[in-house]
Amino acid sequence: MEGTKIPEVIERHQTALLDDWMKQQLAASTLRSDLLPSAELREQSREFLELLRQASRQAGSTDVAAPAWQPLRDMLTRVSRSRGEQGFSPSETATFVFSFKQPLFSRLAEAYGGDAKGLAWDTWLATAILDQLGLFTTEVHQKAREAVIMRQQQEMLELSTPVVKVWDGVLALPLIGTLDSARTQVVMESLLQRIVETGAEVAIIDITGVATVDTLVAQHLIKTITAARLMGADCIVSGIRPQIAATIVHLGVDLTGVVTKASLADALTHALQRVGVSVNGRPARA
Amino acid sequence: MPALKDEMLPIRADSDIVLVRQAARSWSIDAGFSLVEQTKMVTAASELARNTLVYGGGGTVRLEALEENGRRGLRLTFEDRGPGIPDLELALRDGFSTGTGLGLGLSGSRRLVNEFSIESQRGEGTRVVIARWR
Amino acid sequence: MERIPILKMGDFLLVTIQVDMHDRLAMTLQDDLTERISRTGAHGVLIDISSLEIVDSFIGRMLANIAGMARVLDAATVVVGMQPAVAITLVELGLELPGVRTALDVDKGMRVLRHALGRPTPQEADAGAEG
Repeated sequence: MEGTKIPEVIERHQTALLDDWMKQQLAASTLRSDLLPSAELREQSREFLELLRQASRQAGSTDVAAPAWQPLRDMLTRVSRSRGEQGFSPSETATFVFSFKQPLFSRLAEAYGGDAKGLAWDTWLATAILDQLGLFTTEVHQKAREAVIMRQQQEMLELSTPVVKVWDGVLALPLIGTLDSARTQVVMESLLQRIVETGAEVAIIDITGVATVDTLVAQHLIKTITAARLMGADCIVSGIRPQIAATIVHLGVDLTGVVTKASLADALTHALQRVGVSVNGRPARA
Repeated sequence: MPALKDEMLPIRADSDIVLVRQAARSWSIDAGFSLVEQTKMVTAASELARNTLVYGGGGTVRLEALEENGRRGLRLTFEDRGPGIPDLELALRDGFSTGTGLGLGLSGSRRLVNEFSIESQRGEGTRVVIARWR
Repeated sequence: MERIPILKMGDFLLVTIQVDMHDRLAMTLQDDLTERISRTGAHGVLIDISSLEIVDSFIGRMLANIAGMARVLDAATVVVGMQPAVAITLVELGLELPGVRTALDVDKGMRVLRHALGRPTPQEADAGAEG
């Protein structure tokens, strides 16, 4: 960055800049003293200023993706992540960077005196840099949020597949909603795990609440049933709706050897007989 | 992509297959694999190590810990200087076997991993590379 | 030479596999078991694999072979305690062990054997035969 006074202005006024900036941040309406103590904010501001000084001295351009800006980017990544976790909004985090514009521009104006052209150029450079850094914090913030969402999705996936013990030796897995390949895999593993934990010899997989079944999901179900058999437990599939039955036949999925029952009640009767419990009377068919 | 660390093990005897399984297990744990993922990787390693010994007349396996875009993985490369496989397509078919086992060594282990490649030259040997990602 | 012990209980034979077997050991077990069945006239074989962390195609074939040979020698075989991760992997590998009876644990395995031999325990006889 040729012909710029930014590095030398920061160097000469480093302490004063920090004081100005802090004063401004503490007075701003976006201050979140509830989330971040001012001592910590001051330390982050000090570090930012120091790294900005080093980077602006070394950097050949205003492109903050260049290696010279790496330490500053790392620092902002850290700040942005921790603020995201503390509950700051993305714009509040970006404001941390943008709010440095005013103190810096005042010092630049002082340094240039009457040289309007020089001042305009440096103001443009400073704007270019700070805007990119501000947007960078937003990007990091967004990525951190995405990671949180992914984790929650995974947790929901596990929550949405409850395996219930309905009788001594009988488990039921009522599936509801859309079955995709990933969810079916989680179902498979948690069902088999519960079979071992409870010593259940029969598991009922009820798909009454499942909207559609595709080939992959059907194959996952069959694999689950086969794996359960290898472990020494039988599976019964109940609640196959007519459309799904048609799809299964249409897709050419082979359900030979899989016990299927129309309703959960029928499956339960079958399961209880299988584990040696006598049942009086047949359930009323809906 | 460079490996984070790597190690080479010989496959010369029955007992080496056990050692390959144990190494594959501990490297899978290091890569953060779930129990099911570990089991699939170890089983694939066992199949391929046996192939290297039985059909390739012995050879080596190289284990490599990988990381790409924050995902961790494990790559195993089995190499022998045996007679090679004349018809790869046939060898990859379920149920095909010229030796012991159930003819599931190659085709089965392919289903247990995310990446699978095989090169074989008649009279020069065979190289199978598998990888699994978290 | 290293061997896996075979226990005899009544006319059942019990094997617990607790080690990561190398292939030769698996072959020895297969031979020992068939030899013991024919020598003792055992009518049931129970193989506990709950400590096995993997079953590959070789061990899978051994289990299928034992069941097949035992059948010829008029004995029923049950494999008990396969871990979920092992079962999932076996299915993915394409090995479904048709013709091999399975049970969750040793107790249930013994019950399966008695059923197979047509001699359910009194309690089970009351509850009626399995469907």
